Amino acid sequence: MARNLRLPSALVAALLFSLSACGGGEAGGDSSSEAATDDPLTGNLTVFAGASLTDVFTELGQRFESDHPNVEVTDYFNFGPSSGLATQINEGAPADVFASANTTQMDVVVDAGSADGEPTVFAENVLQIAVPPGNPAGITGLADFADPDLTLAICAPEVPCGVAAVTVFEAAGITPSVDSLEEDVRAALTKVELGEVDAALVYVTDVISAGGAVEGIEFPEAEEAVNSYPIAAVAAAPNPDAAQAWIEFVLSEAGAAVLEDAGFRAP
Amino acid sequence: MRNATAGTRIPLALLLPALVGFAFLVLPMVGLVIRAPWSDLLQRLAEPQVGQALRLSMITATIATAVSMVLGVPIAWVLARSNIRGRSILRALVTVPLVLPPVVGGVALFMVLGRRGIIGSWLYETFGFSLPFTTTAVVIAETFVAMPFLIISVEGALRAADARFEDAAATLGAGGWSTFHRVTLPLVAPGIAAGAVLCWARALGEFGATITFAGNFPGTTQTMPLAVYLALQSDPEAAIVLSLVLLAVSLATLALLRERWLTRR
Amino acid sequence: MSLAADIAVQRGSLHLEVAFAVEPGQVLVLLGPNGAGKSSVLRVLAGLLPPDAGLLVLNDAVLDDPSAERHVPPHERPIGMVFQDYLLFPHLSTVDNVAFGLRSKGVPKAQARTAALGWLHRVGLVDYAKAKPGDLSGGQAQRVALARALIGSPELLLLDEPLAALDARTKLEVRADLRRHLSEYQGATVMVSHDPIDAMALADEVAVIEQGRVVQSGPPAELARRPRTDYVARLIGLTLLAGNAEGMQVRLDSGASVAIADPAFGSVYVAIRPETVAIYPAQPHGSPRNVWPARVASATPHGSAVRCDLSGPVPLTADLTATAFAELGLGPGSEVWATVKAHEVEVYAR
Repeated sequence: MARNLRLPSALVAALLFSLSACGGGEAGGDSSSEAATDDPLTGNLTVFAGASLTDVFTELGQRFESDHPNVEVTDYFNFGPSSGLATQINEGAPADVFASANTTQMDVVVDAGSADGEPTVFAENVLQIAVPPGNPAGITGLADFADPDLTLAICAPEVPCGVAAVTVFEAAGITPSVDSLEEDVRAALTKVELGEVDAALVYVTDVISAGGAVEGIEFPEAEEAVNSYPIAAVAAAPNPDAAQAWIEFVLSEAGAAVLEDAGFRAP
Repeated sequence: MRNATAGTRIPLALLLPALVGFAFLVLPMVGLVIRAPWSDLLQRLAEPQVGQALRLSMITATIATAVSMVLGVPIAWVLARSNIRGRSILRALVTVPLVLPPVVGGVALFMVLGRRGIIGSWLYETFGFSLPFTTTAVVIAETFVAMPFLIISVEGALRAADARFEDAAATLGAGGWSTFHRVTLPLVAPGIAAGAVLCWARALGEFGATITFAGNFPGTTQTMPLAVYLALQSDPEAAIVLSLVLLAVSLATLALLRERWLTRR
Repeated sequence: MSLAADIAVQRGSLHLEVAFAVEPGQVLVLLGPNGAGKSSVLRVLAGLLPPDAGLLVLNDAVLDDPSAERHVPPHERPIGMVFQDYLLFPHLSTVDNVAFGLRSKGVPKAQARTAALGWLHRVGLVDYAKAKPGDLSGGQAQRVALARALIGSPELLLLDEPLAALDARTKLEVRADLRRHLSEYQGATVMVSHDPIDAMALADEVAVIEQGRVVQSGPPAELARRPRTDYVARLIGLTLLAGNAEGMQVRLDSGASVAIADPAFGSVYVAIRPETVAIYPAQPHGSPRNVWPARVASATPHGSAVRCDLSGPVPLTADLTATAFAELGLGPGSEVWATVKAHEVEVYAR
């Protein structure tokens, strides 16, 4: 049952909207003008997704819209830290679908009874070291994150990619010496793109989506912290039919292909 | 609120909107207090991160205000009293940080003072020193967003002040600087104080430019607003506690400011 | 310590061009209506307004010479100035206000304070040393402002309407005080006023400025006896009429004629003092050859008399005692007859 938005979620919403690098989704997707007017799916589809899904979901959204011309989704994405999104959904934000960057945040939503049915893992992601083009600091691996002379960024431990970072450091037995704990993975990536940090720990998908702006360096310990991405419909979804259709699309072969291109692994 | 004390009665047409406005501003804070986890409040307050973030916030906001005063009062003087051309453009430029989204401000600071920035790269190559991710960067970010408040306040106070006192001082033998610090400054001191309060408050609450340019690291750059935001990700109750602390400290500081320091008697 | 001023300056639509000189110890009063430019002259003398052209020399030091691009700023001029609303610094106590000029010169604080207290003593306000300007009455503030201006031993004292802000009774007292201080002061003084009594009481020389120009200058008594403009005449209460003298008669520009005692010829001013005009309810017979019908246009109390403005073929200003005014039952609109004895009429060349 919908509850009034309380201060924390309003706060988060305000902060998210101002911080999301690609918040709100682009309205670039032309809905196909082919009349498939007997397509039963209509209305708006609101998808809340972790920041690392920004580019790939936007592309999926454009395809979805051309398949279902009467549905608008690209204007209604809400990308941000999964933890914040989970809070918002639990506070009653009008989302249809939640795709989280890790299972913990999905559990938060499921435990609060805000999810409809069981979530499904649709992709996996691992961390990669991102460095500015040319790798000016000569980073070779995770051990460099213990070097106090380098300028390094990872995600803050309060957000999923930060949790993953903590796990890989523990697994590698490294005490990191970082200069900044970024509030979301996009912020960390931006600092690498700007050349203001020598390296950052981000997702492999982020490195790919940044194209030539950053280079990626794999490291073996990444396998210790595989982020599973679950997706579920929201219990109080305003548009449950479209929600289900979206989830099916993401889980379909077509969807999987797009995800793979972006660097996600099949679960 | 029925019978005003001996003094002016507030006209109803003003009282009602004032009450609505007051409620609008105060109720969210009341909400914070009500939703606070009072049972483990003390335990949470004892966590080192809280004290760290608070200390950092207070110190950086105060330094940022001091820097803003040293740089901003002369700017305000030039805008209010000098005859140079292009004053309105100058004024527009120094108030741009007011309309710029703070995160954009942070990125802009990178462009100039970051390791690859126009000035920052020279700093880095010559001294091996880079500003981002340091406490200094926090002060810079806070000064950037808060100084315009001080400039506008002081410019207003200077314009309202009677410039003829400066004429009188000149006829008594006081040159430019002497007139400024013996006559002009004391006359606008309340305006400067009011501007400094605004500036300090804005610096204290600054988030976007700080987290972008200075980054986030407990003890070095994690100010209270950053701590609140991050706590919100995983532990909303911790966020409420932090917010309450910030609220209490700010209220206490502002309440200590006597009204007579801020207004001409 | 003499002042020689020859100033031309443009203020908005007013073109100001005046020249005068003041000897040490002398007081020059600039008299004139509002907007005439008197305060601007003072600002030029103070250095607050650079002139467009001319020359300003004080004691052989050139203060302003626009042609040589020389302009000495106010704080480098040996001047003291009292402003119209005194401009005592509100954030300083009375003694600190007075000491300000000395502190500007680098005199140490204690010494400056002592000197300031001395001056406060001279103006009778030493009990108010610690008071703030806001606590002083108008008269007291004026005296403090004067002390503040004089403490630095200026070579030139400038006073801008120093008595304007005071009520009538305070004005009398303060004017007397001011007279005393000015006579003790050894430098040149230039004072601006719109009140002719200030000029009469305080000036050695008066210069009347109208519309940016000096229209008459000289000792105050001269001005009172022989005003050369309507403004000055009205200021003094004289009736000033222009006409053409033809021996024992002056034919006024309005057509009426005035009989005079001594023969005169050519363009003249006829000046009639208000106390020499007699009013009758009916046409009088007898000696006065100057008898004219008139109507009372307005009547205002003026000291212990009632000053009546009379309109008619010969417009006049007449002063009557209050008793006489009441006895005659006069009021605005009353029809009367006015007479003036021929030997009371002053005539001088235009």
